[in-house]
Amino acid sequence: MGTEAIIVFFIAAVVLVGGGMIASKLLAPTSTNPQKLEPYECGIPTQGPTHVQFKVGYYLFAILFLLFDVEMIFLVPWAVVMKNIGLTGLISAIIFILILGLGLLYAWKKKALIWE
Amino acid sequence: MYDFTTLVQSIGNFLHGQFSPGVATALEWTLVILVYLALYAILGLVLVYVERRVCAFFQLRLGPNRVGWAGTAQTVADALKLLLKEPVTVNKADKLLYNLAPFIITLAALTVISLVPFAKGLQAFDINIGLLFIVAVSSLGVVGILLAGWSSNNKYALIGAMRSGAQIVSYELSVGLSLLTMVLLTGTLQLSTIIETQANGWWIFKGHVPAIIAFFLYLTASIAEINRGPFDLPEAESELTAGFHTEYSGLKFAFFFLAEFVNMFTVAAIATTVFLGGWMPFHLGDWAGFNAVMDFVPPILWFFLKVSAVIFLMMWFKWTFPRLRIDQLLKLEWKYLMPLNLMNLVFTAILVYLGWHG
Repeated sequence: MGTEAIIVFFIAAVVLVGGGMIASKLLAPTSTNPQKLEPYECGIPTQGPTHVQFKVGYYLFAILFLLFDVEMIFLVPWAVVMKNIGLTGLISAIIFILILGLGLLYAWKKKALIWE
Repeated sequence: MYDFTTLVQSIGNFLHGQFSPGVATALEWTLVILVYLALYAILGLVLVYVERRVCAFFQLRLGPNRVGWAGTAQTVADALKLLLKEPVTVNKADKLLYNLAPFIITLAALTVISLVPFAKGLQAFDINIGLLFIVAVSSLGVVGILLAGWSSNNKYALIGAMRSGAQIVSYELSVGLSLLTMVLLTGTLQLSTIIETQANGWWIFKGHVPAIIAFFLYLTASIAEINRGPFDLPEAESELTAGFHTEYSGLKFAFFFLAEFVNMFTVAAIATTVFLGGWMPFHLGDWAGFNAVMDFVPPILWFFLKVSAVIFLMMWFKWTFPRLRIDQLLKLEWKYLMPLNLMNLVFTAILVYLGWHG
């Protein structure tokens, strides 16, 4: 099967989850009361809004991830042809990885990798 | 060694001979969908049972042993029970995103198993950028988790989802880099070709030390990526009740649960394919007799044996180590696994340049 497999498996996932949701809607009993529809917080009424300002640390790690992930994608084509390109490929990739490592070291020294 | 390509092709030829091209393609697609949905459901049910049994034995309990023979029907009963449970939606939840999340999670989990080669020719989707595609699609799951946590309008769910986001994106780097190390040795991203390069020895044996390091890095990082213990902070039940799926009930919860276990299978299958030779039988040098006996076991059985071994190892991890704290988790990835991975990558590149690989 060629690239149409992506469409096929998309259909499969939609059929599975959609079918399951419809089936459970048809089969399952329903009854409502106001307490049942409250968010679960160990039985106490929930306090204040949920979507508050969140810790900035997550954002920092997301930015770091973005940098390293893009650099990893650059390494993929190199890794595939490494056997054929010889010394030039090896040296340029080592320089590239060194720069990557320096970036990691910089983030380390800046204490960006510490979770507070 | 039995080649499934002929079987698959003869089914295709039969359909195309009997029906017009459009109908035949539609029938083919339906067949693939049915087979993979059945596989998805069965994998989920079997793995949940195995997990509960293995966990019980580690803790000196018996585990489920009443329903069916030795409790084997327990998970089927559980699935039926979940189907008959009322799907409750919290009143302040974002309805659209809340219902979209299970779709995305299932889509990611299901698309990735389409790439798993079960035996020669028995693979739904053999693309030449296989490994890259797997890394890309499996990380789509985090979108579903974030949506689930955000739309539930529950504080536990939100914290669980944010933790999961930080954890998955961090560990994805290690998964990618350790697979990249193996790509250096195989010289291809296509999964079927990767297996063919291991005909004379699995990469974990002929890849010297770097392959062994890469195997353990991959296993650690991918266990963290699929949120399994000891890295199961997003759903740490002692602090967050159930994490991002706290507000999900009935079958919607079942889809999260199912996707988690199928992801476990996928990780084991990728580890098997890249490091342990996929469906290749175990051969010992030039012991012709031994090799002939090993060839007698069908490839598909080899594949499932290896996958089961890796899955057992993952369960062993889960029930042995205590759960990490989030600062320890991020420290492990960024200060230990990442530098080790980069060094391993350079080391392997030098090894490949010198021509010392198998």
